[in-house]
Amino acid sequence: MTEKFDYPFDPNYLLRKKKSIRRKLIEKNNFLEKRIAILGGSTTAEVKDMLEIFLLNGGIKAIFYESEYNRYYEDAVFANAKLKEFAPDIIYLHTSGVNISRYPSFSESAEEVENLILVEMERFSNIWDCISAEYSCPIIQNNFELPYYRGLGSLDNYHINGRTRFISELNSRFSAQARQRQNMYINDINYLSAWFGLERWYEKIFWYSYKYAMNVEAIPFLSHGIASIMNAIFGQSKKCLVLDLDNTLWGGVIGDDGLNNIRIGKENPEAEAYCEFQQYVKNLKDRGVILAVCSKNDEKNAREGFAHPDSILCIDDFSDFCANWDPKYENIRNSAKKINIGLDSIVFVDDNPAERDAVRSQEPQVAVPELGNNVSKYINILDKSGFFEAISLSSDDLLRNDFYQNNVSRDAAKSRYENHDDFLYSLKMVAEIKQITPIYLNRATQLINKTNQFNLTGRRYAATEVDLISKSPNYIALYGRLQDKFGDNGLVSIMIAAIRGDDLHIDAWLMSCRVLGRNMEYAMFDRLVMQATEVGLKSIIGHYYKTEKNNIVSNLFRKMGFQCVVVGGLPSSCWRLDISEAYTCKNNLIEVIK
Amino acid sequence: MNIEEIKNRLTDIFRDVLDRDSIVLSQETTAVDIEEWDSLAHISLIVAIEKEFKITFKLIEIEQLANVGDMFYLIQQKLH
Repeated sequence: MTEKFDYPFDPNYLLRKKKSIRRKLIEKNNFLEKRIAILGGSTTAEVKDMLEIFLLNGGIKAIFYESEYNRYYEDAVFANAKLKEFAPDIIYLHTSGVNISRYPSFSESAEEVENLILVEMERFSNIWDCISAEYSCPIIQNNFELPYYRGLGSLDNYHINGRTRFISELNSRFSAQARQRQNMYINDINYLSAWFGLERWYEKIFWYSYKYAMNVEAIPFLSHGIASIMNAIFGQSKKCLVLDLDNTLWGGVIGDDGLNNIRIGKENPEAEAYCEFQQYVKNLKDRGVILAVCSKNDEKNAREGFAHPDSILCIDDFSDFCANWDPKYENIRNSAKKINIGLDSIVFVDDNPAERDAVRSQEPQVAVPELGNNVSKYINILDKSGFFEAISLSSDDLLRNDFYQNNVSRDAAKSRYENHDDFLYSLKMVAEIKQITPIYLNRATQLINKTNQFNLTGRRYAATEVDLISKSPNYIALYGRLQDKFGDNGLVSIMIAAIRGDDLHIDAWLMSCRVLGRNMEYAMFDRLVMQATEVGLKSIIGHYYKTEKNNIVSNLFRKMGFQCVVVGGLPSSCWRLDISEAYTCKNNLIEVIK
Repeated sequence: MNIEEIKNRLTDIFRDVLDRDSIVLSQETTAVDIEEWDSLAHISLIVAIEKEFKITFKLIEIEQLANVGDMFYLIQQKLH
């Protein structure tokens, strides 16, 4: 039994030792504090305890609200002063098969069964609507696991009166709702229970004795999954996968065995397993995970491995390629700098336990799963870890690797110019800066919640809040897109400012680091001032709230010409800029389209 | 397995689950004697005991336990 929180962890160890584990985890500091309401249709105590541990391990300190036993509906739908006062950041609805009001009987007609489905959907839609209206926070909703028994055997799966069919139908309608609603995310217990094993999941003694809807041993996995979704919502998911090469991406040692003898392809079972793992990694890259290589090899040999005709991955798939004999943690630090991401956004995989240990001990921020050295398990371990959990897939995700590759071209171009402005000018940058519209809601929310460095206030918003703000006359809410001759950078910056009297308060100002040093912040600010002047505002108030990662913008307001008005006891500050007199635009390198 | 050995392993479980190293079990110990032993902790204890000894309890068996001593003997009986 070991103290591990990354998959594959030991559920029974976590259950048995949860109190001391919690005690130790909570001694760390720099937690992100979040208020989480659990509305349960069955007992939730263990779900909460395990969730707390996984969140703490990921840097989130949760304050919990738990509904009374099986009061999820009442808590969500009726006026609830206690929950209102709690002001949840997230509401998790822990419901499952035991909360289905009624299953169809065998005598009911197709219309009656359909009606039963509609009634059930109505009940849950009502919950989701009420939560959205009252609390404007993201909802995590369990779907349903397959039934404990099948009255019709296999026929149960497709007969109109079957329970299995009934649940499958509800699940697909839950999914459709989650696709439609801005702020609702499914926790897929249908998948989890199948993977855990339905027979073990339905260890009914836990239901009869303690009203747990599932085997308590499954709960660590359940809570781990919920924590992964929460990490994604709060922008804490990992962004980059750093990979070893020999015996990680192919079998054998390229430097010793040579290109013709490494095992990748269809020739033998091991080669096939490496092929499938490369395909898995390629899929991650295709959905926006950044890839990098970190291998102890001569660079020439390392690169040659990807020339193998059966290699699925190619050199161009990697945003950084480190093959040398330096310690791996040093290479990982360099890669993080070059790619411009935090070390806590990185997952490192290596078949060699010594290398894993070295990275773990030198760079504890880097996630290093126990990959083992059996290639047929690599995919499962990485996939179940939830490191790269996503809550949406934006078009920017699909293009992300292009952005970073374009950055490499830009860096190459940069070396040809003596003056940075000349270089920027040569990029032929074109920006679109406008009020946020519904089409940009998802991407804007995603950017707000995962940008940590260029972020003045660190304030997070749910999609529903961004939606309300963008439509309110009391706010200016801008998005910025930036293109240049190397490609489209997508939506890269957000500003949210509240109008109070004659002042405009900048509540949120953030920008993706991939366009740092491109004058985009000036273009954004110019537009904000322009809009503020148009409605007759006299001054702009800027706030800087220090976080662990936003030191890079601690002096931004000074650079923009603000006067510091308050420096609190905290390393935070408040700034003012008078705009009642003529304002000179600060950006002259980016063309802003009208 | 003799009662003494069961008692030792059970004590470890109680100390882990309830997170207090000073817990000492005797045959007469009941939930009243140990402050941390509430109904939620009780579930955790049962789960941990089942895993530790690789046994499973029936509903009725758990309900009929009057004190820790009963638990010693129930475990011993299950291990036969």
